Amino acid sequence: MLPEIGQFALALALAVAMVQAVVPLAGAARSNAAWMRSARYSAFAQFLMVAVAYGCLTTAFITNDFSVQYVAGNSNSLLPLYYRITAVWGGHEGSLLLWVLMLAGWSVAVAVFSRHLPLDMSARVLGVLGLVAVGFLGFMIFTSNPFMRLFPVAMEGHDLNPMLQDPGMIYHPPLLYMGYVGFSVAFAFAIAALLSGCLDATWARWSRPWTTLAWVSLTCGIGLGSWWAYYELGWGGWWFWDPVENASFMPWLTGTALIHSLAVTEKRGTFRSWTVLLAIITFGLTLLGAFLVRSGVITSVHAFATDPERGVFILAFFAVTIGLSLALYAWRAPSVGLGGGFGTWSRETLLLVNNVLLVVAAAVVLLGTVYPLAMDALGAGKISVGPPYFDTVFAPLMLPLAALVAIGPLVRWKQDLPTRTWQQMRMTAIAALSAAAVWPLFYAHWSPYLALGLFTGLWVVLAIGLELHQRTGLRPAGLARLRPSHLGMHAAHLGLALVVIGVGMVKSYEVEKDVRLAPGESVDIAGYNFTFDGTYPLPGPNYMADRGTVHVTRGEETIATLHPEKRTYASKRGMPMTKASLDRGLLRDLYVSLGDPLDKGAWVIRVYYKPYIGWLWAGCVLMALGGLLAASDRRYRVRIAQAAPAKGKLAMGRT
Amino acid sequence: MLRFAVIGVVFTLLIGLFWVGLGLNPRELPSPLIGKSAPAFRVPELFDATRELSQADLKNKVTLVNVWASWCSSCRSEHRHLLTLRRQGLRLVGLNYKDERAAAFGYLNSGGNPYEAIGFDESGAAGIEWGVYGTPETFVIDRQGVVRYKHVGPLNEVVIRDTLLPLIAELERT
Repeated sequence: MLPEIGQFALALALAVAMVQAVVPLAGAARSNAAWMRSARYSAFAQFLMVAVAYGCLTTAFITNDFSVQYVAGNSNSLLPLYYRITAVWGGHEGSLLLWVLMLAGWSVAVAVFSRHLPLDMSARVLGVLGLVAVGFLGFMIFTSNPFMRLFPVAMEGHDLNPMLQDPGMIYHPPLLYMGYVGFSVAFAFAIAALLSGCLDATWARWSRPWTTLAWVSLTCGIGLGSWWAYYELGWGGWWFWDPVENASFMPWLTGTALIHSLAVTEKRGTFRSWTVLLAIITFGLTLLGAFLVRSGVITSVHAFATDPERGVFILAFFAVTIGLSLALYAWRAPSVGLGGGFGTWSRETLLLVNNVLLVVAAAVVLLGTVYPLAMDALGAGKISVGPPYFDTVFAPLMLPLAALVAIGPLVRWKQDLPTRTWQQMRMTAIAALSAAAVWPLFYAHWSPYLALGLFTGLWVVLAIGLELHQRTGLRPAGLARLRPSHLGMHAAHLGLALVVIGVGMVKSYEVEKDVRLAPGESVDIAGYNFTFDGTYPLPGPNYMADRGTVHVTRGEETIATLHPEKRTYASKRGMPMTKASLDRGLLRDLYVSLGDPLDKGAWVIRVYYKPYIGWLWAGCVLMALGGLLAASDRRYRVRIAQAAPAKGKLAMGRT
Repeated sequence: MLRFAVIGVVFTLLIGLFWVGLGLNPRELPSPLIGKSAPAFRVPELFDATRELSQADLKNKVTLVNVWASWCSSCRSEHRHLLTLRRQGLRLVGLNYKDERAAAFGYLNSGGNPYEAIGFDESGAAGIEWGVYGTPETFVIDRQGVVRYKHVGPLNEVVIRDTLLPLIAELERT
């Protein structure tokens, strides 16, 4: 019975979403206040309906209702309760339901927190979000119904993919979807502004916290996915340039460009039509990602089960939404003023270069991702594009970007002198350069590429210190007076610096060794000694594991005892899963995982030494924290009547 | 106006590309080799450079020829299936495509070696003979050395259960 209620709730949600889309937009066009006010209630009603549907599906998972096809395909009665709850988003249909739930949740948040906006603006934003919801709800109801019954009823579920039975996987998809869906709010603000014809600094201020929150979620989602891949897949890799990773990375790149371009629009009133276009592109890339992942046009380790009907639906959705948005943009953008001018050496110029680099980087990733498809479509054969391409083209774009991060915050808005910047920054540049030249000497070898990466990363750190020193004299009282958004910027930039340094170090100095070890034998890498004690069987709730014991020592000192596992899940999928065991540290991770069993208790053991890899995740956390700080700034919550006009803020020169 | 035209053209091209892409199956692809004898090739063995591997080594037993490389992430996802097939007694011959010896050793050491023999195709020349577009690709060769089936992309449970195993069983009967 419950699944039918869920399905009915979904259908109702679609109907409500249509009302939410049509009535407020029509009301805004005809200045009908009652119609515009209805947007809020529709948003609440739609959220309620989707939440009911989500609750029904979750209940079906908890009660092991294998008469529901989706539950039978993604759960199992042996699965622990918490994984039964998270298995809801373990497959295509359920993850789509989660997506829609989040979209409805964001709409409610907009309805609640946008009371200070003019009525026509909030009505248009909610109306556009309603349109997006119509698309996704329609996609789910017509092509991917999670409540489909199975007859005859399965006796036992097929089990959740063992790779997804991990805490990292509990949070990774929801955060990623929070990010994707959050960018539809930024998109809705952009379309609302185009519809109203009012693309000014106030619009940018309204849109900024939402965009930043979406970016924070996406940052966390990508970081968590990478962290999960690192320890769960057992190969020690943290980024594979897989098409689906790229699908999440492209909106992150353009979204990063968007939050910077919004800053310019808010502070200086320029870049207006570019900002709107970026919002449309970023949302378009999230749809494109959904298409790539869920249509089966591209082979990937992540891809969901494929169905051409689904691909046609999302493609049509993508074409209509983005096509109409671009048409609206082409119609309205020429009437948008250019805003304030700026000199050739100014913060605006540097942010423009930042935007160009980020968009080019996104284009490069897009090209690498769809190139195999394009070759295939042109009949030129099947090819695959891998890390060699991405690594080659991506690093040269990211290093100048990191250098810009160092320089940008120290350059004045509107007009500055390169000589002044140089005088300010030369000490930090020289210090960063010397440290970058010396630092690698503590390690195995010196390479110019690594030195360049270390230089840009260190320079960012020193430049942040310099900026804070200039502004506050680094006195606690002065630091305490800084705006949260200013601190947020520095935190995020510091995070980027950590990522740059971490990537450089781990790419240069990681040691990976795969060895055959019998119990009692040992191996040395990077100064550490790993002794294998053999394995013993250890049963889990729905799997059998071989658990190994590896003692790590350095000289006389005991570092850690690691327990890598090899698990075989009881369900029919029966694939062995590798559970790596790590000793994490500030400057290095030691990583041990079990390969294959050999004769007489010996195993193939993978022993990895990963220097500075923790800096990657620390950097992601800092970036996300920075975004949260920035979004928490009180000026975004000031009522419209009290908000100072944008021009009043120019003199303060803050990002 | 120019920028709008550019945006419009790029957008239309993308849509067109995806539309065509939907009609293509990235995993299936006809090979002109099917029904013909395995193409002639000659490459050194991966582990023993003094030995050579050629089409003559594929005869007398149903064989899977699997094209792989250590740099290929989708190869890793099919690796466990290859190990299972090997355990079931099937003969697997690997073609290590455009790879480096050390990297290939590392890959097999850590993931296990499902292959009876591996050709080391450093330049990709043998790959051209076989019409390899990308890794992984898997060919089924019958006892007479004739190519019977080609699978592009990583093997999965469904393909193995519904296509490969029945085909292999049939070829082994005849």
